[in-house]
Amino acid sequence: MLEHTQLTDKELNDELLRDILTMPKWWLPAVLFLAAIVITGYSAFGYMVFNGLGVTGLNRPVFWGFFIANFVFWIGISHAGIMISAILRLTQAEWRRPITRAAEVMTLFSLAAALHTPLFHVGRPWRVFYWIFPYDFSRGIWPNVKSPFVWDPSAVGTYLIASTLFVIVCLIPDLAILRDRAKNKITKFIYAQLCLGFRGTTRQWKLQIVAGILLSALVLPIFVSVHTVVSWDFAVLIGTEGWRSTIFGPYFIIGAVHSGVSAVAMLMALSVWIYGLQNYIKPDHFDAIARLLIVVATTWFFFFFLEWVWAMFTLESPEIALRELQVGPWPWGPLFLIFVITSFVIPVPLWMFRRFRRSAAIMFFTTILVNIGMWLERFLIVIPSLMRRSHLTFDWGSYSPSLIEILIVTETFAFVALGMLLFAKAFPLVPIFDMKEGMRNRHLIKVGRRVIPATIREGLPHHYYNKEHH
Amino acid sequence: MAQESHKWGMVIDIDRCTGCNACVIACQSENNIPINLEAHFNQRRAIQWIRIERYWEGEFPNVKARFIPIICQHCGNAPCEPVCPVYATYHNNEGLNVQVYNRCVGTRFCANGCPYHVRFFNFWEPEWPESLKNQLNPDVTVRSRGIMEKCTFCVQRIRRATRLADRDSVELEDGDRALNPACVNSCATNGLIFGDWNDPDSQINQIKNKEMQEGGRAFGLLENLGTSPNVIYLKQVDESAEGHHGH
Repeated sequence: MLEHTQLTDKELNDELLRDILTMPKWWLPAVLFLAAIVITGYSAFGYMVFNGLGVTGLNRPVFWGFFIANFVFWIGISHAGIMISAILRLTQAEWRRPITRAAEVMTLFSLAAALHTPLFHVGRPWRVFYWIFPYDFSRGIWPNVKSPFVWDPSAVGTYLIASTLFVIVCLIPDLAILRDRAKNKITKFIYAQLCLGFRGTTRQWKLQIVAGILLSALVLPIFVSVHTVVSWDFAVLIGTEGWRSTIFGPYFIIGAVHSGVSAVAMLMALSVWIYGLQNYIKPDHFDAIARLLIVVATTWFFFFFLEWVWAMFTLESPEIALRELQVGPWPWGPLFLIFVITSFVIPVPLWMFRRFRRSAAIMFFTTILVNIGMWLERFLIVIPSLMRRSHLTFDWGSYSPSLIEILIVTETFAFVALGMLLFAKAFPLVPIFDMKEGMRNRHLIKVGRRVIPATIREGLPHHYYNKEHH
Repeated sequence: MAQESHKWGMVIDIDRCTGCNACVIACQSENNIPINLEAHFNQRRAIQWIRIERYWEGEFPNVKARFIPIICQHCGNAPCEPVCPVYATYHNNEGLNVQVYNRCVGTRFCANGCPYHVRFFNFWEPEWPESLKNQLNPDVTVRSRGIMEKCTFCVQRIRRATRLADRDSVELEDGDRALNPACVNSCATNGLIFGDWNDPDSQINQIKNKEMQEGGRAFGLLENLGTSPNVIYLKQVDESAEGHHGH
């Protein structure tokens, strides 16, 4: 059961709002640094639009590169939000409480980052509206619903809208606290507008809770659809070895959960170190998320293994040539090795030990490794297949990213970090009302001779409660 | 050619190909394809709607060069068509896989789908030297950067021939040089033959009927993928292999 630090409402308010109501010293330099990277990335994009996609390393036949790998990576990270908030909320996992908002906000910004790259990577970005919106404009022709590329924007867009609603619904009670505690008139006015007149009446609480649970349930189909659609961008093509795979849907989803939940564990460590949230995110929370990660990582590894088995089972020469490329020559072979080691071989055995699971530093280290590995996984899915180790050996291709591509991909990482920092400056990163609810429900109960902390929503027979606690 | 609808196709006789690249040049000038510089080849971004793939065979000094001209196969079941989100590529009712440049946003999804790698992306704005600007074909769009392009079977020639035939109330003639794509007209050895699969008497149908029989030379390129190409190839007759295979 979870470790127990009982805090009063006032302590909660003071601690969790500290960094919003005051300005930490490191904040401005960090924001400026990240903003500089973002601006550099956008400038690189401007340069690319002005000169054409010739400034990338793309060629024939490798028509997709860094941008698409990065797109799949960020969509994967965005799966953390639903996994943590919706699934753990519906299954009533208590340890989710302090990290739900960070996960949801990361979902928002990683979705926005994901949307950067495919829109950047098209040949004529000023024309993408024909593609993204299911509307015929003046062309007299609707988008082609057979193409997975029509479903990508709709799936990601739905996810973005649902996640935004989720974040807002969960923010409302905290915004009301901020309204009450804001020091100057302007911020007070802004928070008052944002919290939609929340005063904490019974009816308002009821609506807020129902909306949260409804959104958790409604968002679940999106959990399955988004990454399946993304996987279909690859699996639908018959002529591209390594992509044409029926297992891609579930394989991509579980890979997304693997990288997403890892990113949340990374955020937990960061928020303990940067925001001093050690009273809320305890070794027990790291322990719980690491145990979840062991299951997810192992399932993902099983799918990864199956994908290889099924690919090799056919013994078709282009497929074998592709697999040889993936594990053999420089740089693909070494990258493949790094990918397998970082995403599974190092982290999972470490997570087996309770001591390591409870250490923020070890969890930070291993989950960073997982995300390096998972980025490489997407890279190794996208590019070697496009190098076309097919029968027409005349067209065997190659790819290396240009500086422009590297700048734009770096920009997406700075964009997400910057977004999180700005968000945390204006809104509490730990849901205050959710923490309070957790504290209220928590009791020390007597089971036999032991007294253990437990979360109880309904009343228990009286003798279960420890008398000292009351 | 009395039938109403056409299904354009081609026969490529590999045995007749000398690898001279005349078809590549003819296509280049007919279809306003920008000039491929050495840098474009080094970047792997050269645009060649028809290309001669050259394969070396054997050990020095007994080396042989094998050639195979590859163009868009105008597949009956084309992998590039369903994936385009904006219908920039689709199958028209004359069996052609056509590209609508104005619709294309440049996702390059179609190019990844094509197993023959015959779709080309304009990575740069095309440029011609001043002296060559007047040689551009007025019947063909000059493509801007950021869009895909590919072999059209010289659809502008098909259109003009059809229009003139309609005007004069005559029927299109099989093998008419005004109808043939530029590559076919330029082939010195008649290795490329263009025609209509729907015309039972066309030259390509006669070749197909003969070569599709047991022991014939016809095959479809990568037809195991189920693309049902409108182009058929005729195998090379290998005299040196006669003793081994007993042809």
